[in-house]
Formats: sequence, structure tokens, C-alpha cells
Amino acid sequence: MATLRRSAERTRRRQIGVRTRRRISMGVKILIAILAAVYALVPIIFVVSAALNPLNTVSAASLIPPRVTLDHFTQLFNDPFHPWPVWIMNSFTVSAITSVIVVALCALAAYSFSRFRFRGRRLGLISLVIIQLFPNLLAIVALFLLLQAIGEAIPASLDIPGIGSIPLPRLGLNSLGGLILIYIGGALGFNTWLMKAYFDTVPFDLDESARVDGASHFQAFRYVILPLVRPILAVIAILTFIGTYSDFLLARVMLSDSSSYTLAVGMTLFIQGEFNRQWGVFAAGAVVGALPIMATFLVLQRQLIGGLSSGGVKG
Amino acid sequence: MTAGQKGASRRDAPSPISSLIWRVVALAVIDAFAITFGYALYSGGLTIAAAALALVTFAINVVFLVDRLYPLRWISPGIFLLVLMVVYPVLYTVYIAFTDYSGQHILSKQQVVDQLESRFYTPEGSASLQWRAYRSDSGDFLIWLTDPDGNRFLGDPASGITTVDPNDPRSGPLDPADNLPTTIDGYRKLTRAESVRYLTSLSGLLITGDIDGQPAQLHILSLDRAEIGLQRYTYDASRDVVVDHQAGTEYHPEGGFFVASDGSRAPAPGFVDFIGLDNFRRVLTDPRLSSAFLGVFTWTVVFAAGSVILCFALGLALALVFNDKRLPLNGVFRTLAIIPYTVPGFISALIWVGLLNPTFGPVNSFLRDTFGLNPQWFADGTLAKVAIFMINTWLGYPYMLIVTLGALQSIPSDLYEAAEIDGASAVQRFRRITFPLLLIAITPLLIGSFAFNFNNFTLIELVTQGGPSVPGSITPAGQTDILISYSYRLAFAAGKGNDYAFAATISIFIFAIIAAITLVNFRLSRRVENLI
Repeated sequence: MATLRRSAERTRRRQIGVRTRRRISMGVKILIAILAAVYALVPIIFVVSAALNPLNTVSAASLIPPRVTLDHFTQLFNDPFHPWPVWIMNSFTVSAITSVIVVALCALAAYSFSRFRFRGRRLGLISLVIIQLFPNLLAIVALFLLLQAIGEAIPASLDIPGIGSIPLPRLGLNSLGGLILIYIGGALGFNTWLMKAYFDTVPFDLDESARVDGASHFQAFRYVILPLVRPILAVIAILTFIGTYSDFLLARVMLSDSSSYTLAVGMTLFIQGEFNRQWGVFAAGAVVGALPIMATFLVLQRQLIGGLSSGGVKG
Repeated sequence: MTAGQKGASRRDAPSPISSLIWRVVALAVIDAFAITFGYALYSGGLTIAAAALALVTFAINVVFLVDRLYPLRWISPGIFLLVLMVVYPVLYTVYIAFTDYSGQHILSKQQVVDQLESRFYTPEGSASLQWRAYRSDSGDFLIWLTDPDGNRFLGDPASGITTVDPNDPRSGPLDPADNLPTTIDGYRKLTRAESVRYLTSLSGLLITGDIDGQPAQLHILSLDRAEIGLQRYTYDASRDVVVDHQAGTEYHPEGGFFVASDGSRAPAPGFVDFIGLDNFRRVLTDPRLSSAFLGVFTWTVVFAAGSVILCFALGLALALVFNDKRLPLNGVFRTLAIIPYTVPGFISALIWVGLLNPTFGPVNSFLRDTFGLNPQWFADGTLAKVAIFMINTWLGYPYMLIVTLGALQSIPSDLYEAAEIDGASAVQRFRRITFPLLLIAITPLLIGSFAFNFNNFTLIELVTQGGPSVPGSITPAGQTDILISYSYRLAFAAGKGNDYAFAATISIFIFAIIAAITLVNFRLSRRVENLI
């Protein structure tokens, strides 16, 4: 009887031990989670505070603004030396055009690689893999010289006798058009692969039966396949947009004029020279420039993470 | 292969007439554009570009007219851009790495020869000429020349210098004042006052001719005097030398310049010369360059590997915490923790430059107030590296958190149950089950992240610009430069060079490393084999 009671006592004690240990471990976990949130947020809080703080300093003493002002945001839109609205417009234009064209070209190529069996298909797919081994941003010198040559080769407009003169797009150095072409070229290889893999998961019977019913290939592609692959189209469009928006290297090398800068290149002007005096305006620009991307990410977290774990690393 | 797939490979029926008409019209428009544009290129001297355009246009026509090539119609726009913006630049980079392309050597050899051949000199003792100008109603000029011996020449920008006779049938009546025709072929003789007015355009006229087989050029020196200059340099293609007719010397091409036997250079910029493996040899064997290269290379690897390890360690630790479903507000904490990842990298980097500013930054004011420290983050090499790791960990740990969390959730829970029954402790379970399975799942992502950081130009350039610089170095590599920022600095940094060839050489090294890494990764993730 005594032994039994002692044994029960021991079990009870062990259970209490386990429970306390569990509680301690949960406490530690909560502490870590709070520290992580603080770590993640403090730099961002500093920037938001600086953007709203009339004092215009980076110092910790004024983390909580004595009063809130939108002066820095007004200044951001009215600074003749830092045409910030032009930069963010350029960034959005370049990223949107790149993203739309990449998705369109990749979808067409992926349909062909997935649905047709033709001579050179295997070679084409292998070439796409090999091309992925050589990211074109490493060829900056050659791309710089290429755009230089294209800029010299393309006249401002084409004079056709009898029709008149047609303005040609600017694709040389210091032009957004040239930069877009580079971005598109760089994004095609990887995304065609990604999309082809997704297209392969759509049953072939679906578009086959549309074809039997008399649809052309293009109709089968447009009305049967495209609606089914919409998720991958969206993911690639958004990731391409964000990747382009975040690029610094190519934009830095190709754009030389402050009015053609993208945000990434333009924002560096704030940190040159009298950084302390620019800090408030810079912070306002950082907040507005980052918000669209942050919002997209947070809203579409789940969908985008799938694309990320398949190898895309955001810049 | 299923029956459905086989069906898809069936050759397609000939396309309907309407589609053919459509295509022919579209191709006609494209071709019209290509021809006009190609002609503009060709007449502008860009023959290679014109040929490339012709080739591409031809290929587009073939692909869109030959039914057998139908599948290529879907791919051709993508192929075109891939070749133009990836394949060609990569191959061209390789080519540049084998040349001496740089700010000093930027023209082709032909362009340099052309520049030299456009220079003229006046032979010693050559006579100065008297001149009078004639002007047509449309604003063209003729120059009448008389040499001291009384020989007369007519200079015409269109047809050159020819001897002429005052009684030439084209001439109008002679002017008794100077015995010259008042008009020639509709051109009217200018008075002295008019000549003064037009003097600028007159001395800008390019009138060339041929004296004793040597190209010559007319120079109007003043209102009364003109001279005939001879072409100073000619290029002898058969011996590959430039001959200087004035000094009587010869220049041989050497190291991208035309050099005389006494070592002096012809007065022209250098040209792009093929120099074989010299650049690679310099990187690896020139002690001043190879030590800089080795330093940059080592730091690149340390930076990339260190960043991956730090980010992975932090991401894994947090993933283990967030993997506990009982954690209160789990979703909120998780979202807050991945926020750094949602900020575009260039903005985060710039924010951190502000936070770490030694004078105004909150990090330093905190360190000053609490520990009396005031680290100069960007002035000292070691501190700059510490700062870079700090910033990159903040930037990169959320990615690791996201992917690790995903991988943790896919580890089957019965493994843990079995381990618990066998009496394994929490540490044992982590070391024997969680960690090994996790590594298998995310090794490809770790390698991908390594490759990404290997080329993380944005971070390095925005935070330190590669600095602080190495005192006394002959190459612009700073203490925190990674290979890609070093290459960038060689090619584009203001005042430091435009050494395109050397930058391309560094790029080749990066290409080789990245290609190898990516290849290993394809192997590991078996992404490729399954898909072809």
C-alpha cells in the first residue's frame, strides 16, 4: 500500500515537473517571439517615425515624434533636385511593362513546350537550362556596350516617304525601354521553366477535346489553358514585378540621367552628401516606396511563398 | 506518355486561308519596317547590325510561313529576346575578356586608322595660294586658286581640285580688275566684303584632291592665303603599318596602339586588340592584382556563406518557435517576423546606412549613451564587414524562416511519436530527426541563397560602396568589395578606369562559379531531369 502510494506520488511529481517545464519552455518561446517582432520592427519604426517627425533627425532621442507632420511627404513631391515622383513612376512603368511582357512571352513558350512535340524541343529545353546558368546581369559590361550600340543605331524617328515620320522608341543607354528589354531577357529562362512545369500538370485531355470540337490552338490556349493556369501567371507576374522594382545594378549602370532614374537609383542620392538633413524626406520616400511591395507580399503571402520555395530569391 | 499526349503530337492540318492572309499582311508590315530601318542602319555604316536585322527578319518570315515550324511561332519572340539580351551579352563578355577593351582602347583598329588618315600636313617650302570664292544661289561654293607660278586650280567640295583655264567654256565674262571670270557655271564671284562674311563657312569647306598620287586637302588660312596640305598618315594593309609621310617614320600596331620603333605613339587613341589570355594571366599571376583578387574572392565566399549561415540559424530558431501551434498569437508574430523580407532590398539597405550613421544614427547614440562606444562602421574594414553581416541577417532571415517553417511542417509527425516512445529527448529528436530531414529539403534553397548573396551587389554598393579602400592599391577593390561590385567598379566607377576588359575577366570567374553552383543545385533538386 505504502509503495503504491509512493509510486503515485512520484508520478504526480513528474507530471508537475513536465508541466512546469512545458510552461517554462512556452514562456521562453513567447519571449523569443516578442524579441523577434521587436528586432524586425525597430528599424521600420525608426523610419516611419522619422518620416512623420518635424525634427528631421535620425537620433534615438526623438523616436516618438513630438508632433506629427506630413511636411516630409509634401517636400518629397516638390523637390526640384530629387524628382522623386518621376522615379517611382519610372519604377512602376518599368516593372509593370516587364512583368506583363514576361508573363505573355513565357506563357506562349510554355504552351508550345508543353503541348507540341517538335524537332528541337529537347534541345530548346536543355538550352533554357544552360541559359539559367549564366544570369545576364553578370554581363553588365556587354549589356552596357550593347545598349550603347543600339542607341547609336536607332534614329529618333523613321522617315518613310509618303507616310511621314514615325517616332521610334528609345532603347539605348539612359532609356527605360532598353532597361526593360534587359529585364525581360533575364527573366525569360527561369520563368518559362516554371510555367512549363505548371502547364504539364493541366490534363492534356482538356485542350485536346477543345481541339476536337474545332478550336484552333490559340483558342484552346486562350480559353481552356489560360484560365486554369491563372495562379502561376499571377505569381510570376508579381515576383517579376517585385524583382524588377528592387533591381539596383542594371538600373545603376544603364541610367545616367536623374530624370530617367528608377527609385532604387534615385533614392541613393538622398544618402549622398548631407544625409542628416535629408533623413526626413528620405524616410518619407522609403515608406511610400516600400508600402506597395509590403502590402502585396503580406496580402498574398501564401500564394507567393510557393513560388519562392521553388527557387526564386527576392532582391 | 498517355494517349492524350500522343494526340497532341499529331501534325496539324494545314492552316485556313484567313490565317494565312492575316500572317502575310502582318509580315508585310514587319518586313517594310525592317527594310526601311535596315537601310537606315546600313547607310549609317552599321553593316553588322543591318545584317543581323536582315537575318532575324528572314527567320521570322520563315517561321510564320512554313507550317511545319508552327510550334516555333509560339516561342520565337522569347527566343529573340533571350538571344539578344542573354546569349549575345554573355558571349560578348567572353570576347571582351580576351581583348584590352578599356577607356584607352575603345575604337576599332579601322576607326583609329581612319582618324589618322584624316590628318594633313603642309610640306615644307610649299607655296601659299591666292584664292577667290564663288557662290551659287543654293549656297554652294567654288574656290578659285592661283599659285605663285600662275597655275590655276578650281576647288569644288563635290569633285575635288582640278586645273582650270580662264577661258573655260563654263566661265562667264572676265572681270578686268583681276582677270578672273565673274561667274562660273552659275556660281557668282564674291566680292572681298562678301568673302569676309562667308569666311567661316569657307574655311570649313572640305575640298580634297590628289597631288602626285597622294591625297591632298585645301586649307583656307586667311582672306588672302590658302594652302594645299598632304595626307600625313597612310595605312599599308599589306605590311600592317601606318606610314607618317611628314616625319618619314612607320608605326607598328603594338598593345593596342600604333607605336614607332623609338617607342613613341601615333597621335590617336588606342584600339581594341585581341590579347588572348593576358587578362587572366594578370589576375592570377601579377602579384599586385592577384592579391587584391584573392582578397575580394575570399571575402565574397565568406560573405555569402556567412550570410547564409547567420540567416539560416536565426530563421531556423524562429521557425522552431513558430512551429508550436500552441504559441499564442502565432500568426501575428509570424507576420511581424517576416516584415523585413517584404521591404525592397535597396530601401532596407539605405535605411540601415542611416541607422548606423556614426554621427547621427540611433545605433551609435545608443552605444554612446550606454557603453561609451562610438564605432565608425564604414571607416574600418572589420567593422564594415560586421555591419554588412548585421544588415544582411536582418534582410535575409525571414526567407529562411519561411522556407524552414514550410519544411518543418512537412516532416511526418509519426517519426516524433516513435522517437518519444523510444525515450528520445527533445535535443536528440532535433539532432537526429528534425535537422537531417530539414537539411535534405532545403539544401537547394541554401545553395540558391549562397548564389544570390555571391552576387548581392545591391547590399554592398548601397552600404559601403566596397569601402573602405585599400591604401596603396593599384586596383579599385575596396575591403568589402565582392567580385561583382569589384567588376562594376573596374568598368564604371567614376575616375577609376572604364577597364571593360578586366571587368569582363572578373565576370568570367563569377560565371564559372555561379554556373557550377547552379548545376550542382539542379542535380540536388532533380528539377531538370523530371521535366525534359
